[in-house]
Amino acid sequence: MLGLDRKDFTLVLIIALVALLAPFLLNFWPTESGMAQFNAGYPALMQRFAIYGIFAIGFNILFGLTGYLSFGHAAFLGVGSYSAVWMFKLLSMNVLPGIFLAIIVSGLFALVIGYVSLRRSGIYFSILTLAFAQMSFNLAYSVLTPLTNGETGLQTTLNDPRILGASRTAEGGIPVPSLFGLEMNATSIWKIGGWEFQFNVGYYFAAALMVLTFYLSIRLFRSPFGLMLRAIKTNQTRMSYTGLSSRPYTLAAFVISGMYAGLAGALLACMDPLAGAERMQWTASGEVVIMSILGGAGTLLGPILGAGVIKYLENIFSKINEGVLHGWFDFLPEVVKEPLVWLFARFTGEGWSLTLGLIFMIVVIFLPGGLMEGARRIGDLFRKRGKPSDDDKEHHPKPAAHVAE
Amino acid sequence: MGILEVKNVSKRFGGLKALSDVNLSIAENTVHALIGPNGAGKSTLLNVLVGKLIPDTGSVTFEGQSVLGRKPHEINQMGISRVFQTPEIFGELTVMENVLIPCFAKRDGAFRMHALESTGREKEMVEKAEAMLIDVKMIDKRGMHAASMSRGDKRRLEMAMCLVQEPKLLLLDEPTAGMARADTNNTIDLLKEIKSKRPITMAIIEHDMHVVFSLAERITVLAQGTPLVEDIPENIKGHPKVMEAYLGTTHGEAAE
Repeated sequence: MLGLDRKDFTLVLIIALVALLAPFLLNFWPTESGMAQFNAGYPALMQRFAIYGIFAIGFNILFGLTGYLSFGHAAFLGVGSYSAVWMFKLLSMNVLPGIFLAIIVSGLFALVIGYVSLRRSGIYFSILTLAFAQMSFNLAYSVLTPLTNGETGLQTTLNDPRILGASRTAEGGIPVPSLFGLEMNATSIWKIGGWEFQFNVGYYFAAALMVLTFYLSIRLFRSPFGLMLRAIKTNQTRMSYTGLSSRPYTLAAFVISGMYAGLAGALLACMDPLAGAERMQWTASGEVVIMSILGGAGTLLGPILGAGVIKYLENIFSKINEGVLHGWFDFLPEVVKEPLVWLFARFTGEGWSLTLGLIFMIVVIFLPGGLMEGARRIGDLFRKRGKPSDDDKEHHPKPAAHVAE
Repeated sequence: MGILEVKNVSKRFGGLKALSDVNLSIAENTVHALIGPNGAGKSTLLNVLVGKLIPDTGSVTFEGQSVLGRKPHEINQMGISRVFQTPEIFGELTVMENVLIPCFAKRDGAFRMHALESTGREKEMVEKAEAMLIDVKMIDKRGMHAASMSRGDKRRLEMAMCLVQEPKLLLLDEPTAGMARADTNNTIDLLKEIKSKRPITMAIIEHDMHVVFSLAERITVLAQGTPLVEDIPENIKGHPKVMEAYLGTTHGEAAE
């Protein structure tokens, strides 16, 4: 169906269903309960799941298939955001022109950076991409201020022309990004029992695009083109002696993943029409690398899973400040409580990156294939009791040493 | 005129003269062996033929076209395939995928954006790859990880990957190096079978004289970067110059 075999089609269906029901699935506890802060079913977070999912799916096409580790993918995310906001300023608040321009511009940008960086492989390629991204980041702060509005960040104002739309709404405010009148921040709330389920237009728009991009990435994985990309990762010598030129293949993969990043950047701007240079910083590039490896690079589901897990944990851990910890350990005597709160506070709130680092280390050491390898191992445990496992190597490629390849 | 013509080729590495004034003509549809003691320049010559090295002087033409200055993938597209001393295969992919890649390369050329086709549904390619795997008796291993196979199987797979492209010229760099006798004999049989099925020209570099004399129709002996003798196998055996080259420089590698 749709050019996929049954197994892959089922996978796309499952992703689509999960995306559709996410407001229910992620709202674990009733709103009034003390556990409500662990809920993930609110629009801002769900939007981020979908958007960073797209970013990671695109990154995986480059890193997972060809093994080229780009350390500068955030540059394309940033370029996508800037392009989209410019469209909001100049043309209209409809999201489609913004997204369209963002994909084109980030694709061209990736073509230029990729053309230069792909002359080298391995660590040199990583360093080149990192250098380009940091260059873009610094340019956005300094020379390119007319385009990027420097430190303040690019945002929509009341004085923007918006040729095809209105400069200001009837109430005199700045219009909100919308899809033919459907405003991205519109949310309808559905109360059942103690639960409050929130259905947000922006989330569903991003989720629909995520399902679409996921579908396209499966098609790409299963195509001869995807096969060639995996061949590049394995043996470039044999590749050239088989009559194939690897450069155009890697460049195409680089541009495609750059366009995915541009789309993600545009969507970030759709949810909140503000683009800042920090979106291009190396930490943002590193984040998508961590997402891919944590979930399982080279697997289909891994990157989405990694993006979801990291964004969820980031959200939860950042929220737990010392006040919350004091509340939790209130039943303990003061002598025990204070050190405990102090200890936990290192790992939560602003110390969240310490926890992320630890999780990343544990996964890389014990599950080099990421969370997907963990899932497979658990699956194998259950299967061993029943029938012999029918091992699908394509789905779960051999865990390779990722980082310094 | 042979299918491959090497004329006055010389190559220096610093002070070392690896090839000096080599002339070689490989006739179409023959098996031509290149032998010689270590350091005779066999591998250098092969690297010149596939575009990995560019000689200092001289010319190399394949079917009348110069191969010098072309990239390895362009030379492959002209119809020259190469089997390496240590098998170069796609280790992380399955056996079937390993054979499918050259099929697509032959059909689509050096690059094509076939991102929305489905590999499994390209019937013609899949059938071609399967037929090749049946020919080399590896069809039951089609789903195996290529890296997990024995050395003999890897070599077999590499040959299948070259042959599925139906090259006009197959270059084999010590195809039986490090193989057990049984595997060596299997390889000889495989190459004979290929030769009997369709016209193909082969150039073999080999140390194992058993392999050379079972397959070659013509033999060139290289020593110190120059061809010493070129003749049919019967005349090479016991040729005084050949004996001298081998016994004078090495410790009887030709003794087999």
